[in-house]
Amino acid sequence: MNKRTVFKSWWLPIAFALPQLLLIFFFFYWPATSVLTWAFSLEPAFGGVGERLFVGWDNFREVFADTEYWRSVSLSLFFAFSATALSMFIAFVLAICVDRQLKGSGLFRFFYIWPYAIAAPAVGLAFRFIFAPESGLIAVVNTWSPDLWNPAKFGSHAMILVIVCFAWKWIGYNFIFMTAGLQSIPRSLIEASAMDGSGPVRRALDLQIPLLAPTLFFLLVLNLTESFVGPDTYGIVDLTTEGGPNKSTDVMVYRIVSEAFRGLNYSGAAAQSLVLIALIMLFTFIQFRYVERRVHYK
Amino acid sequence: MKTLGVKLSMAVAALAVGLGATPALAEKVKFEFWYGLSGDLGERVQDTCKKFNESQADYQIVCTSQNGYPETVQNAIAAYRAKKHPAIVQVFDGGTLDLMLSGAFVPAKKLMEDNGYKIDWANYFGGIANYYATSKGELYSFPFNSSTAMFYYNVDAFTKAGIEGAPQTWEDVEAAARKLKAAGYACPLGFSFDTWATVEQFSAIHNQPIATKNNGYDGLDTELVINKTKLVDHLTFFKKMTDEGLFVVKTKQLGMDVVPAFTSETCQMIQSSIADHGTVGKTIKPGTKWDVTMLPVWKGTERQNSLVGGASLWVLNNRPEAEYKGAAAFLNFIAQPDMVEWWSTVTGYIPVTKTGFDAMKANGFYDKPAYKGRDKAIASLTFTPTSANTRGIRLGGFPQIRKEISDAMEGIFFGKLTVQAGLDQAVERGNAILRRFEKTYAGRALN
Repeated sequence: MNKRTVFKSWWLPIAFALPQLLLIFFFFYWPATSVLTWAFSLEPAFGGVGERLFVGWDNFREVFADTEYWRSVSLSLFFAFSATALSMFIAFVLAICVDRQLKGSGLFRFFYIWPYAIAAPAVGLAFRFIFAPESGLIAVVNTWSPDLWNPAKFGSHAMILVIVCFAWKWIGYNFIFMTAGLQSIPRSLIEASAMDGSGPVRRALDLQIPLLAPTLFFLLVLNLTESFVGPDTYGIVDLTTEGGPNKSTDVMVYRIVSEAFRGLNYSGAAAQSLVLIALIMLFTFIQFRYVERRVHYK
Repeated sequence: MKTLGVKLSMAVAALAVGLGATPALAEKVKFEFWYGLSGDLGERVQDTCKKFNESQADYQIVCTSQNGYPETVQNAIAAYRAKKHPAIVQVFDGGTLDLMLSGAFVPAKKLMEDNGYKIDWANYFGGIANYYATSKGELYSFPFNSSTAMFYYNVDAFTKAGIEGAPQTWEDVEAAARKLKAAGYACPLGFSFDTWATVEQFSAIHNQPIATKNNGYDGLDTELVINKTKLVDHLTFFKKMTDEGLFVVKTKQLGMDVVPAFTSETCQMIQSSIADHGTVGKTIKPGTKWDVTMLPVWKGTERQNSLVGGASLWVLNNRPEAEYKGAAAFLNFIAQPDMVEWWSTVTGYIPVTKTGFDAMKANGFYDKPAYKGRDKAIASLTFTPTSANTRGIRLGGFPQIRKEISDAMEGIFFGKLTVQAGLDQAVERGNAILRRFEKTYAGRALN
């Protein structure tokens, strides 16, 4: 049976929530409404009241009719799922190792969080220098066989580059949550199964993952959302590939920002960002509806 | 004791200003100028502002770098919408039409007439002024930092490979590239997917249109035509040379852009802005012989003038009247021959007025070894009077169109696209941008 605490007064909780509500209002709902008006009109860059043309669903029709847009959607989905899977998998392996108190785990626990503290554009810049096919540290592989690694030339390599870059930054964050989760699993359970003869992999699959499910679900939602629409994705793409070669890494957030601010196409970008908001809502709904069912919190 | 005295006098001064007791100080009109140049060139803009502030007592210009051309336009737009915009803003060539249709500026000619300055508009080089003027020739903004594309080549490498003289034609370039390759140079010519030299300047000097309606000067219903001009053959030639290893792609993503590729002597020939002349001189190994020449043309072509690049200064409207007096004074100040000469010397940008150029020629500026060759940029810009194809490029959403063309070039040189298919793709996507721009500005006329 759940015990519920009920506050008698109504203004106190509102007063506590007010700062947050104001923040959301000023930095989300307010801009969102102007995006809404732009999406249904043709907004000139410098404004101009009275001239703004109401065009109904035209902007959306144009967006949906553009094959490049759908390519960008599928690129974004591919990027989000791959980056999330890679970063969560590596973080989990690292967390298990640290949890097993392997040699030096204290030191690694300290270092693994660092990448998350670095701003995405800085990560992008560093990765661009390290992974530059002709002059980066990785250039040596191209002396073994030409074009073994060339993200400037091949779209697939460019995609790998941005995925690795994003995963590298988020491993630290995932790692912290997973380590904390693993440490709250009673030692006796692990020891009992070890005495029954199960190895580390079996223990991870049958014990640790199910017991860690709420944490993993939380991280899944967060990673997917962040890689799909987050500022990190924009920062990384902007500094490594600029959406290229020939739009192979032109993910939705990058496309929207460059169309709005470089192309000064405010209305088209507004329509695209509304579609993006709808997609992320759908995305999150699916996760809570179908994935969360399989998560047991107790 | 001294610091206390200074503090005291400052406090008194501040109090006096507050009370309006010292009219001389209080009357100094402050106005803002936002620019996109950064680093070394940004510092030179600050120097310009300082010189202006020291030259007179009535106005104070406050100059702020926005760190990049597109950023300057974005920030100016945001500020204009919030009614906190600067009086003067620097806008790059690609943003010209956005400003022209914005209705948010005071035309250059009107500003100067209203404030009693007599400007000899014919003194501006035609190739420069027309880029920023209406189709009737009326200047809307002030040409400021101007450049054009040039051909850089390494004279030492040329001598070693047994090549004499500067290449004048693309046939010469091909021959030179073959000799350089034979002499063991891995990258005879480096190029990037930047459209400015390879597409825009190429089209101008070969008198080829970029778009219909006189490159967009005669109407917003313009369409790109680069998939039907000599550009197709030109890129086909580039592709063939690239496949043979004579021309080599150099981009930031690969690890080295064209200018560092030239200064590190990785590549022996490049096309780049005359504004890089100073950088090349400073960063190439001392003692290396190199030179610039006009961009090559195909044999049998009647060369036309090249296009101006860089940026111009726009004066935004809806500021207090007093600020316009200051803005006009500043713009008049930087147009004086001695300022033109100073600016051109310290930056590498070309002088924008004929008198400025003549003054520099007369005092032997172009004979100094460090600046030798910079006059060829003027020669290139003024080679012929401007034609419909060489006046400029007036396309809406031009930065996005440039991106579409360079994306297509990535597809051509790195992907599986043929030259024709790549340019068709760029034209199709570029036209979509143009149609959208036309609809957005349906209510406004292009002058």
